[in-house]
Amino acid sequence: MPGEDATTKDRSAVRSLLRLWPYVRPVRARMGTAAAVAVVASCLGLVIPLVLKWIVDGPVAARDPGGVWLGALAVLGLGIAEAVLFGLRRWLVARPLASVEAAMRADLYRHLQRVPVAFHDRWPSGQLLSRATGDLSLLRLFLIFPLTFLFVNGVTILVGCALLLAQDWALGLVLLLPVVPLIVVCGVFEGRYALAARRAQDQIGDLTTLVEESVLGIRVVKGFGRHRSQARAFREKAGRLRGTELVKARLLAAIWAVITAVPEVAIGAALVLGTVRVADGELSAGTLVAFLSTALALRWPVDSIGFLLAMSQEAATATERYFEVMDEPAETGETAPARPVPGTAPAPAAPGPVSAPGPAPAPGSGSGSGSGSGSGSTLPGGLRFEGVSFRYPDAPPEAAPVLAGIDLWIRPGETMALVGATGSGKTTLTALVPRLYEASGGRILLDGEDIAGMPRERLRGLVTVAFEEPTLFSASVAENVLMGGAADAGPGELDRALAVAQAGFVRELPEGTATQVGEQGLSLSGGQRQRLALARAVVGRPRFLVLDDPLSALDVHTEALVEAALREVLAGTTALVVAHRPSTVQLADRVALLSGGRIAAVGTHRELLRDSAEYAWLMSGEATATATGGVR
Amino acid sequence: MTVTSGGTPGPGPDGGTAPSPGPETGTGPDGGTPPGGSPRPGAAGRPGTPPAGDPDAARGPDTAGDPFDRDDLPAPKGATGGLLRSLLRPRRGRAVLAVLFLLLQQAASQAGPLLVAYAIDRAVPALRQGDHGPLVAVAAGFAACTAGSGLFQYAFVRTAARVSQDVLLDLRGRIFRHAQALSVDFHERYTSGRLISRSTADVESLRELLDEGLQELVTVVLSFAYISVLLLWLDAGTGAVAVVSFVPLYLLVRRYRRRARVVFGARSTAIAAVIVRFAETVNGIRPVRAFRRERANEARFLELNRTHEHTNGDASTEMARYVVGSRLVANTAVAAMVLWGAYRVAGGGLALGVLAAAVLYLRRLYDPIDRLGMFLNSYESAAASLVKIAGLLAQTPAVAEPAEPRELPVRTGAPGREVTFEGVRFAYRGGTEVLPRFDLTIPAGQTVAVVGSTGAGKSTLAKLLARFYDPTEGRVLLDGVDLRELAVPELRRGVVMVTQEAFLFSGTVAENIAVGRPDAGRAEIEAAAKAIGAHDFITALPDGYDTDVRKRGGRISAGQRQLVSFARALLADPAVLILDEATSSLDVPGERAVQRAMDTVLHGRTAVVIAHRLSTVEIADRVLVMESGRVVEDGSPAGLISGDGRFAALHRAWRESVVG
Repeated sequence: MPGEDATTKDRSAVRSLLRLWPYVRPVRARMGTAAAVAVVASCLGLVIPLVLKWIVDGPVAARDPGGVWLGALAVLGLGIAEAVLFGLRRWLVARPLASVEAAMRADLYRHLQRVPVAFHDRWPSGQLLSRATGDLSLLRLFLIFPLTFLFVNGVTILVGCALLLAQDWALGLVLLLPVVPLIVVCGVFEGRYALAARRAQDQIGDLTTLVEESVLGIRVVKGFGRHRSQARAFREKAGRLRGTELVKARLLAAIWAVITAVPEVAIGAALVLGTVRVADGELSAGTLVAFLSTALALRWPVDSIGFLLAMSQEAATATERYFEVMDEPAETGETAPARPVPGTAPAPAAPGPVSAPGPAPAPGSGSGSGSGSGSGSTLPGGLRFEGVSFRYPDAPPEAAPVLAGIDLWIRPGETMALVGATGSGKTTLTALVPRLYEASGGRILLDGEDIAGMPRERLRGLVTVAFEEPTLFSASVAENVLMGGAADAGPGELDRALAVAQAGFVRELPEGTATQVGEQGLSLSGGQRQRLALARAVVGRPRFLVLDDPLSALDVHTEALVEAALREVLAGTTALVVAHRPSTVQLADRVALLSGGRIAAVGTHRELLRDSAEYAWLMSGEATATATGGVR
Repeated sequence: MTVTSGGTPGPGPDGGTAPSPGPETGTGPDGGTPPGGSPRPGAAGRPGTPPAGDPDAARGPDTAGDPFDRDDLPAPKGATGGLLRSLLRPRRGRAVLAVLFLLLQQAASQAGPLLVAYAIDRAVPALRQGDHGPLVAVAAGFAACTAGSGLFQYAFVRTAARVSQDVLLDLRGRIFRHAQALSVDFHERYTSGRLISRSTADVESLRELLDEGLQELVTVVLSFAYISVLLLWLDAGTGAVAVVSFVPLYLLVRRYRRRARVVFGARSTAIAAVIVRFAETVNGIRPVRAFRRERANEARFLELNRTHEHTNGDASTEMARYVVGSRLVANTAVAAMVLWGAYRVAGGGLALGVLAAAVLYLRRLYDPIDRLGMFLNSYESAAASLVKIAGLLAQTPAVAEPAEPRELPVRTGAPGREVTFEGVRFAYRGGTEVLPRFDLTIPAGQTVAVVGSTGAGKSTLAKLLARFYDPTEGRVLLDGVDLRELAVPELRRGVVMVTQEAFLFSGTVAENIAVGRPDAGRAEIEAAAKAIGAHDFITALPDGYDTDVRKRGGRISAGQRQLVSFARALLADPAVLILDEATSSLDVPGERAVQRAMDTVLHGRTAVVIAHRLSTVEIADRVLVMESGRVVEDGSPAGLISGDGRFAALHRAWRESVVG
């Protein structure tokens, strides 16, 4: 899990929290005002007892009813002021801090849409989700309460201490003595609590992942009757979380005990010392009472420091977790980072298999066939891979690259099938075209233009993809399909695309093409989803089309119909189609065989069946007698 | 044994949860004060009493709309309280102990002022007379109180944490186990996001209540009680004013609760919408990028986020309103008491000392008002969460485990078992019939291919056999034993189903294969992988069988995932194997490997194969062609091909596509 290695040594709660400043900046005026208001309100609270004392010592003692009225009015006025100020403080920060939280969440969302896809391969969605919700609202609460009150209570304590020292400096010193050990203890606590808090947050993430998986994989769990072992695994993880929580509780219990007891000891010492001095006549009884009431009034501010620190600590780890994601570099600008051009000279020998003369140059476009021999890389047109290599950015260095020098040219208007054994890297290759992953080496040209130099926005407008796993979004059928087209695509395009994908079933849905689908809507079968994903891919009549095994979930009958309709679409576009079966290969003009990270052969289906043992094996499942060399 | 009359009403695998405009997932992992979902407006979604005999009745009548769409599973009356009680009961000893610790801690810490008074009134005069006794008593008392306060504080926090963590562990486990026990049908209707929020956010809001809320409540009640009694004892009049002031406070609290509930409900809905959009984007990041949805997504997300921000602000404002109101009442009461008390002292009706003491205590009387607000916050949200959890736990598994399980008869010879569908009919809960009444017997050891277009009922047939659903009428028998009478382990030794979506759990490849049989050793796991042709690609992974499928270099293609899920089935070694589109992403060699494995390792097992690809059919002994829920053709592959029925036509089309 990505979180595990995050507890670096030089972490500091303050440093983490300081990173919130850019988000807090816009509301700093409000927060500052609120803090000032809170300080004033707190001080008013301290004044009220003084007024009470004045009433008792003055008008009451003097039997002066008018004075009593005055005093009561003063108490009332102060009370109203205090109430209004406390309310004002909350009102001042309520909406601004909600907006801080919202801004951070929006930034996180925006960032997650811009980090490389490889990042999402590494991070379970549960961990990202828990950052976007739990951690961020924790931060909002931190800004609302602990941040202000650490300050307010700090000021109150300082004022209180000043008052104490002013009343009697010897007794004051006695009370201040435990401050130093308290600070030390708090420091130790802070460090240990932070570790435990972080561990707990990560364990909650793990638990969430387990829950998510056991729900998403419920058919497997049920199919194998494994719900007991799942429950055992859950119990173990939940038990571990409980252990961490109990560690946290033990730390909290200790710090609270210390924070309540130590000042109390000081107060007790002051009481004894004070009593002796009163008895000796060095101190008036009134001063002692006033002194001790002030000391007692400071109890809450001191006591509260324990949980304020704990909350701050959790806020700090939440901040850390948030910035772990935000620090992930987004995809750089528009152009890809510089990378080595294929070590081999501009693919002199490579075009060998590539330029195997395709007998069926693309219908409709003659530009490619005109210079079909495919020497030189200056040729315009089509989709061209030149020495493209790829390894996953997080792959261990000793692992062999997934793709090691792909040379392939798909002529304009041509449909190329991509065939290869399971796990040979076909899907990876298709993901390079819309730059979902950046090739590690070599280049990919669209009509002669290197995609690395193209703005992604434009590139992805030129190329559309139908993924192996057809994902629909929570939106209507029409929206899901039309998102593949131009912004102004209308019902005409929608109908055409649905017809190509043989998705007539949508007419029978409760609300036709307006029916909501996706996580929050009607759940469709795999075949239905695949047809909608296909419709989405073809709706915009893209120049370049990449289809990853687009018909795998269709039944034979539907597959035949889709193929017939798809043929017409493919005639007008340059397409790369990943194929597992002969029937899909039939869609293509030529076939490329991917093997060992390279294009091993290119040709028509018949040619490859004849010449390539591996291809024949992949298509028929049986080793041919002519050549067994390519068979595993 | 007779046919179980009536059977269980169809669980309704109408995976189609209708569009839900505003699902109110109670997802409020909202830190300190998770939003509580609002209790339902009116009784619309809450059926009175579930009709007896319908195990799924707790879902509410169909006519009232689908409670699933509104994330509004009704819990029987009192279920929420019952749930809380059942969670606390096993820990009540410890819970009582925790409250006791808190009482003692409060007593110790409230004693301070009394000792101060004692020191001034007694110790000082005594000291002046050379008597150190009272001072020593004060010192000892203070030391004892300090030690007690600290120790009891420590003991309370630890005991309370233990109680609350045990409750949470229990609750989390219950939710998890219950969700796992519920039928597949349930999961098709209750989205994963909701289950996740039930077992995280909603549990979290209960934690808030247990951790802080209860302590607040006890402290608040104690302070009010202690101080009211003290005041009444000091001076009945002043005490009466204090007690009277509780009336407007109570009204304020009530108003706040009512309004907070609405605001929390709105906030809960808002955050749920944010979460759904967020999760969908993250899980579908490839199409998002490929179709340049970033801006459109952002616009929608901002809108949802803003709604949440707004409700969040509303909640805080509501709290501000409560704080102002309650403080105003409290401070006015203090002023009134001071005025009245002082008047009487001035008039000689009250002793000065009493007024001084009363006034000193007055301030403390209203101190816990803010904390009461905090408690109400966590109480409201925890209550809302508990309602949702109780609603989930009130769901009865439509496919229940038998009370008195039977064993399958011991088989000698071939490992396969006979499958019989006896007068089976299956309909959705709404009444739409998927499979009209039919009988079907598959002899032990036979491999049956089921073909037909989408919606013909093939998958329903498979799910009935795997007991993902129970039939509406009739029974499904395995060697003469009703599936409903088999305990889960026995059932899964009998029937295993491999589906199209080959789900991998986090963990190593080996662990994923071992799902088939957890006690299998490494050698057996590898043998299963070899038999299916998955060994080569697994050993090529960075750590071989120990490669974590979610970690570095663990990328596994769709076809490879299907091979892994096949290896699971091989390892499970069931008497009856169901393959539901389980080869869709395999290439031809992969498919062949599966067929070989079925011919060798799984030889003699009964197999039901649903496949689009007719190549799979070639290994079948028998083919069933289904249309609109009926078996329209039934025969040997060769026999059907030579005829002129639907299968023959399909097969011709397929041959053409293969030969090309």
